[in-house]
Amino acid sequence: MSNPQQLRYTKEHEWLSDAVDGVATVGITEFAANALGDVVYAQLPAVGDTVTEGETCGELESTKSVSDLYSPVSGEVVEANQDVVDDPALVNTAPFEGGWLFKVRLSEEPKDVLSADEYAALTHSDN
Amino acid sequence: MSTAPRLTALDALHRSLGATMTDFAGWDMPLRYASERDEHNAVRTKAGLFDLSHMGEITLTGPEAVKVLDYALVGNISTVGVGRARYTHICQEDGGILDDLIVYRLGETEFMVVANASNAQVVLDALTERADGFEAEVRDDRDAYALIAVQGPESPGILKSLTDADLDGLKYYAGLPGTVAGVPALIARTGYTGEDGFELFVSPEHAVELWQALTEAGEGVGLVPAGLSCRDTLRLEAGMPLYGHELTTSLTPFDAGLGRVVKFEKEGDFVGRAALEAAAERAATNPPRKLVGLIAEGRRVPRAGFPVVADGQVIGEVTSGAPSPTLGKPIAMAYVDAAHAAPGTSGVGVDIRGTHEAYEVVALPFYKRQK
Repeated sequence: MSNPQQLRYTKEHEWLSDAVDGVATVGITEFAANALGDVVYAQLPAVGDTVTEGETCGELESTKSVSDLYSPVSGEVVEANQDVVDDPALVNTAPFEGGWLFKVRLSEEPKDVLSADEYAALTHSDN
Repeated sequence: MSTAPRLTALDALHRSLGATMTDFAGWDMPLRYASERDEHNAVRTKAGLFDLSHMGEITLTGPEAVKVLDYALVGNISTVGVGRARYTHICQEDGGILDDLIVYRLGETEFMVVANASNAQVVLDALTERADGFEAEVRDDRDAYALIAVQGPESPGILKSLTDADLDGLKYYAGLPGTVAGVPALIARTGYTGEDGFELFVSPEHAVELWQALTEAGEGVGLVPAGLSCRDTLRLEAGMPLYGHELTTSLTPFDAGLGRVVKFEKEGDFVGRAALEAAAERAATNPPRKLVGLIAEGRRVPRAGFPVVADGQVIGEVTSGAPSPTLGKPIAMAYVDAAHAAPGTSGVGVDIRGTHEAYEVVALPFYKRQK
């Protein structure tokens, strides 16, 4: 399993892209997707919601369990991935690509994020 | 006593297949190999291969072995022919369910009882105690067997290619000794998936060889290794109870809608008879709650322990819930007040973390295979 170098990560297994025009994309990692199993329902924050770094902003439900979704960054949600709402399995099949979850207009820089190498060390995954 | 999980004879093989393992009743078991939904669908449409070596085998032998079982269990074991099997319960004196079991009659005076892993010791202890004074021996055979199941519509074809045993003559809930892929096995036509299928009890030293032979035989017809996660969704769709969820010591078989397993007409006394007669009367006249199926109108999944609600009141509790791959919707089994238990009852919901989600009450099972 490979964590893209250009992304930043959290201990809660979310990833965060670099901001483009102040907007960053958020998803969960492949490690998290594998741990969840088949995702069957994604409750994502709505456009216009304010999210806060480290706080819950939705939930991902799999066959066996439900997991809170934590925002890796603070700001305003500008887009939620309707493809994932319609087909939650995208989170499993393409966690770093088509399975992204929402986009945030950053109100501040995230404080508690990890590099790909640091995240790999946390999960003992190959990088 | 060590708290390290027990490993089945197939442990290394599961790891080489990349299985996600889980602790289940003290055993380290495969939860899934890849996608549990794909494994589920493979069992419904093709075939799946399961390691069920955690199940607890107990052997009873002796001239009065049948009398022990008629006394210790609620079923009429005397009527089970050699080579046949019976689903039954073992109850406490107060009628509470200690476990649900399958009893195989291997010979006139030899029986194998298969208990749930989590209850195997309780069942062994109860049978040993209840056999006291009878001319019979109760033997702990948990370590004597590995159990491999091949389940799904392709399973007869897969097994036929590996055995000379008369599978066409082997009916559902029957078991016969035979040889599969050169390995001595008790071949049983049983399962917990709602599909046709077989359970193969073999010596642990032969487990890897048998698993590999089945894998090769099933290669061309879509057989996949399948974990406990899909086993749970398969049995839930088939409306089959799971001990610790639909069945507990605080429920009798009548409370669980399984009163048919209790055979009052059999000869002699049996453990729990008096309490069960009262439970049968209560279930017929004034049932407190009934086991029903629930199908979601939305997409949030009910889990065991979630309250079932109607008009803002709690009217029951979910015992098992999961997204159903076959129905494409979340489903659940739940005990609900009799007034709300009729299929089609409107206004029933499940409290999912504070939100009341609408659910349809249906009769079980959710899924029945076309024969």
